[in-house]
Amino acid sequence: MLYREAGQFKTSYGADQAIFPIRQDQIAIALMAAIAVLAVPALASEYFLETIFVPFLVFAMAALGLNILTGYCGQLSLGTGGFMACGAFFSYKLTVAFPELHIIIVFLLAGLGTAGVGVLFGLPSLRIKGFYLAVATLAAQFFLVWMFNKFDWWTNYSSSGVISAPPRELIPGIFITGNQADPVTKYLFLLGFVAVLALVAKNLVRSRIGRTWMAIRDMDIAAEIIGIRPLWAKLSAFAVSSFYIGISGALWAFVYTGSVEALAFEINRSFQVLFMIIIGGLGSILGSFLGAAFIVLLPILLNNGMLAIDPTISTALVSHIEFMIFGALIIFFLIVEPHGLARLWQIAKEKLRLWPFPY
Amino acid sequence: MKFKALGLAALGAAAMTTAAALPAAAVDKQFVPGLMYRSGPYAPNGIPFANGFSDYFRMINAKGGINGVEIEYEECDTAYNNDRGVECYERLKRPGAAAITPLSTGITYALIDRATADKIPVLSMGYGRTAGSDGTVFPYVFTLPATYWSGADVIVNYIAQKEGGYENLKGKKIALVYHDSAYGKEPIGTLEALAEKHGFSFHPFPVAHPGLEQKATWLQIGRQVRPDWTAMWGWGVMNSTAIKEAAAVGYPMDKFIGIWWSGSEQDVTPAGAQAVGYKSLNFHGTGTDFPAIQDILTLVHDAGNGTGPREEVGTVLYNRGVMNAAVITEAIRTAQGIHGEKPLTGEQIRDGFEALNITEARLADKGMAGFMEPIQITCADHEGTGRAFVQQWDGSTWEPVSEWVEPNREGLLRPMIEEAAAAYAAEKGITPRTCN
Repeated sequence: MLYREAGQFKTSYGADQAIFPIRQDQIAIALMAAIAVLAVPALASEYFLETIFVPFLVFAMAALGLNILTGYCGQLSLGTGGFMACGAFFSYKLTVAFPELHIIIVFLLAGLGTAGVGVLFGLPSLRIKGFYLAVATLAAQFFLVWMFNKFDWWTNYSSSGVISAPPRELIPGIFITGNQADPVTKYLFLLGFVAVLALVAKNLVRSRIGRTWMAIRDMDIAAEIIGIRPLWAKLSAFAVSSFYIGISGALWAFVYTGSVEALAFEINRSFQVLFMIIIGGLGSILGSFLGAAFIVLLPILLNNGMLAIDPTISTALVSHIEFMIFGALIIFFLIVEPHGLARLWQIAKEKLRLWPFPY
Repeated sequence: MKFKALGLAALGAAAMTTAAALPAAAVDKQFVPGLMYRSGPYAPNGIPFANGFSDYFRMINAKGGINGVEIEYEECDTAYNNDRGVECYERLKRPGAAAITPLSTGITYALIDRATADKIPVLSMGYGRTAGSDGTVFPYVFTLPATYWSGADVIVNYIAQKEGGYENLKGKKIALVYHDSAYGKEPIGTLEALAEKHGFSFHPFPVAHPGLEQKATWLQIGRQVRPDWTAMWGWGVMNSTAIKEAAAVGYPMDKFIGIWWSGSEQDVTPAGAQAVGYKSLNFHGTGTDFPAIQDILTLVHDAGNGTGPREEVGTVLYNRGVMNAAVITEAIRTAQGIHGEKPLTGEQIRDGFEALNITEARLADKGMAGFMEPIQITCADHEGTGRAFVQQWDGSTWEPVSEWVEPNREGLLRPMIEEAAAAYAAEKGITPRTCN
């Protein structure tokens, strides 16, 4: 009843093609944006901002990137960790070599560099498909991490191979990296950055290029016959995807942990992001956010929840129960809705439109 | 289904808000956070350490606290995972936190900036960022009693003793088998510098996390390179795997020396009889023949209050946890001498760390005579002596087989540390403070 678009007429193509054509959605999004921008910084403690919202946004960015490649273009990739490492180390080298370069430009350049690496490792996708491609991207994962670990040049000859983010300002006086950075500033910066890039991604997948990706995903031979060039479509998907993942790696190193070693981007990181998009929903921008929320927040939530119920419980037991519940929940959600949390939301939306008179 | 999911989410959210509200606990106790790991691939080594750490504070509380101030100890499980470590730090940090114990070199690196900003001292005891021992650049980092660079130098000095002098190192081959992470990489720079200085050749062999795959490494060491001595920076299951593989290629165990994290019962027991003769560094006593350890047994374990099993008491890593807790206790006591006998803030306890002077007499008071060496920390030097001794596994116990070996700090390590700290300061835009 509340959620019905009856009576909302579109009078222009623009209105019809809007990302959120239904007024209720627009209101909901505006509300969420208001909460995210105004309420969260005012109410959330430093702990929530630093360890929940910041990693959530960083991972959402990585999931967005992988979703473009795997969810929209159908190219299975296990190289996410390696590409994140590219972004982190590229931006470190850039910002150390050119300290006067603005940090956002550094992040974007690092993203572009990662896009180049992504295209390089995407070349085999023109010949191999499916699980075989996953193995080829696995090579990227191992090669890249090995490279950053092996050559000291990447870490400016740090004795332990750890890079540490130098302090950089967003505007003079307002730091977003380094230890002077305020958690609220970091959060708002990330929120804005991720929101803009998510909007770009949403529009990309709704445009011609996005449709070529989906055509390739659904049936590459048919797509080729109707005039889509697989070379162009696949490599552009690799480039755009790596761009996002690279930026998320840079944000991880600079805004989230503040210092990072290549080991932080090992194969487990790739799996983590892949699970995010599988649980969140393949081929859905919203799903990237839901998946990131599920994988990043739930373990911390479970851990804190158990300690809140019984503070005397041993930390070992808490960790083990956390693993068990988390695993069970993944299986539960995959059984209930194999198409991910985004699909769950879509079903809920359809039911809401018919409520209270379902048929 | 949707409602179930909603209900779950609501439950989680409710649980979380209470969790966040909870830590506003007792104000008359001194809070000590601990970043430990009882899960994950390194749990077998993390658990005894965590138990020793916790038991020591229980013993202090059973004795009435530090000058009447009880310790409130809280633990968070990092699973040796850097981002989880950051989460744990953010969860446990508060102005009244005495000191952070990251128990992982990677986590130490991630926390140095944060803890400095939050004014909480970081005690990375025998691990972490070596450059952190320069107190002028890292006022909140303490690396006592030894760093990895000291450890590397101690190993080379011990080898020189066995070979009959530094001049006999010329032309010798020394290999390093290391965990390919921030931890394992720390000593490489030092060993390279020493190789150049003493004329031995240095062969590093990285082992990927978690270290179960070392066949190729040891074939190369045992059949191709054939080093005269091999050092190891390993942790967890990597240690026992290395010992087994070394035995499989017939590498002499008494020429194989691990750092202090590669020399616990957990590392040698799985290798069985093959491990006999294996050596490692250490900087504290093992066994239960110390009054402080006896106090833990009587006041904590006999009272049914022990954190872990009783038989674990006295093992290498358990005793290291005890030593770590004892150093923190001593820093709190020193800080109380400066700022008064009440719960203090991290900033005040930092002053205690910097004024730390654990003398022979103080050790005897604490029931730790012979357990560890006296330690003195100054404003500029946050490491102390850097000395360690070599112990050898005889099949059932770790027996000390050397005197305390001195690293060449002045003229070798200290300039390297100052150089690394200066590079860090330049990168971060820090102006080093002056110590006088």
